[in-house]
Amino acid sequence: MSAPHSPPRVLPGLGLGLGYALVYLSLIVLIPLGALILKSSELGLHGILDIATGERALAALRVTFGASLAAAAINGVFGLIVAWMLVRYDFPGKRLVDSLVDLPFALPTAVAGITLATLYAGNGWIGRWLEPLGLKVAYTPLGIVVALTFIGLPFVVRTLQPVIEDIEPEVEEAAATLGASRWQTFVRILFPAIFPALLTGFSLAFARALGEYGSVIFIAGNLPLVSEITPLLIISKLEQYDLLGATALAVVMLAISFVLLLAINLLQWWAANRHRGSVVEGARP
Amino acid sequence: MSRRRAAQEPRWVRWSLTAIGLVFLFAFLGLPLAAVFVEALAQGWSAYVAALAEPEARAAVGLSIGIALAALPLNILFGVAAAWAVAKFDFRGKSLLVTLIDLPFAVSPVVAGLIFILLFGVNGVFGAWLTAHEIKVIFAVPGMVLATLFITFPFVARELIPLMQSQGKDEEEAAISLGASGWQMFWRVTLPNIKWGLLYGVILANARALGEFGAVSVVSGHIRGETNTLPLHVEILYNEYNQVGAFAAASVLALLALLTLVAKTVVEWRMQKEMAMLNAELPPEKTA
Repeated sequence: MSAPHSPPRVLPGLGLGLGYALVYLSLIVLIPLGALILKSSELGLHGILDIATGERALAALRVTFGASLAAAAINGVFGLIVAWMLVRYDFPGKRLVDSLVDLPFALPTAVAGITLATLYAGNGWIGRWLEPLGLKVAYTPLGIVVALTFIGLPFVVRTLQPVIEDIEPEVEEAAATLGASRWQTFVRILFPAIFPALLTGFSLAFARALGEYGSVIFIAGNLPLVSEITPLLIISKLEQYDLLGATALAVVMLAISFVLLLAINLLQWWAANRHRGSVVEGARP
Repeated sequence: MSRRRAAQEPRWVRWSLTAIGLVFLFAFLGLPLAAVFVEALAQGWSAYVAALAEPEARAAVGLSIGIALAALPLNILFGVAAAWAVAKFDFRGKSLLVTLIDLPFAVSPVVAGLIFILLFGVNGVFGAWLTAHEIKVIFAVPGMVLATLFITFPFVARELIPLMQSQGKDEEEAAISLGASGWQMFWRVTLPNIKWGLLYGVILANARALGEFGAVSVVSGHIRGETNTLPLHVEILYNEYNQVGAFAAASVLALLALLTLVAKTVVEWRMQKEMAMLNAELPPEKTA
């Protein structure tokens, strides 16, 4: 098969690079995750579902999902406003604000957790204004939403920013010239263009929130059936040496993460294809 | 830049959106950041310094740095190897590999800790063997390094893959056909091209390694002075109602986070500058 005229594979290192990558991926990620699947097979599907639909586990899943959904929705709305503001408007200190958006990526979750708990406690800077209004945030499910909003904030903003930057101003100008109001332009032209990215950012924030532990446990109050999240329930099962119970819940969370990861990949693929179709061809190599 | 657009929101809309955005960011980012330092210094500078000078706090700082130093090189090596294979070659299952690289981002930190207990814990797959040989992985530093490796696994690869894909392989192919060896090509052509992207990934991975809480907490066993990283130290002090101590340790982590943001911004700026230089060089060739 080594015909002298076939173009030789010039670059070296495929074997070395791919070999190391695969071995390392297996050792650090695939085999450990495989151990989880193996352990859960001791229970069987029925056993897993039995544990996952127990009263306390079901309540924890409900709290985790509800709070994550609420936090991702808040981030969807305010993240869109922040991204729009950072791309389109000018104001003093804009670059500083822009860098600060990544703070939740950089700040350890435990630090975020104790700080938010202190801020929203009854005597905290924010809590003391909310408590007279009858709003208790710290040590309630509302506190979980606050922590998860903090954690997910950069996802929506950072996913939206490049997409808003890429919108060609000519399209909006054309719409305005043709008599569309600013609101009509937004609803008909701008929003459809940024919607896939908004959905991607929302899903990323949601997926991150589902697994979050460090920032939540300090502010949640951790009352079983009320403000206990699934990751915490996994840990309390571990502390009671209930390895199988912890494994069953972990497998359920892993399955949910897989589905979400798949959905996010599909979304990004869809967004990329849509985008490619709408951009004038030939502008890029 | 300040060209008035035919299509722009009315001034009151611009102003109110900016106000809403800034208030939201102030409440969710500005206030917490300020609160860390205010709480840490609540009882004055000397109490702050005393809290940080405690041997347990110092041991926690040392362990956090040690774990990050142990975990980063392996993940950097992996990131470069995986990005090289994915960006410069075609092979079957490539998109599956890229998806699997991202997998640790989708796994809850608590689950990331649990899987290593299932492997190396007393009742785990290798538990009996490890006990017989008196090797401690879980509730000891090796387990914490493993959990950190898992958590920070994707960062470098994820930065490098798109970067190296966009750079193509012309320069490397030129180097090889001019007689460079594989390593010469890597050190003289590839590495200089990817250095900012690599640094960017390392900065993010480092921040995550130093700050990881959930995964490390599951496998650490919380032995004071021994398996306590700085974030775990924060938790213990906070649960003991030692507010100043907890926030003093937290302020060190917050400072590191701010440093990370500065470093990240500088690297982003350098990358943009190099991109601009590259684009500025291109047009004359194209028009020829």
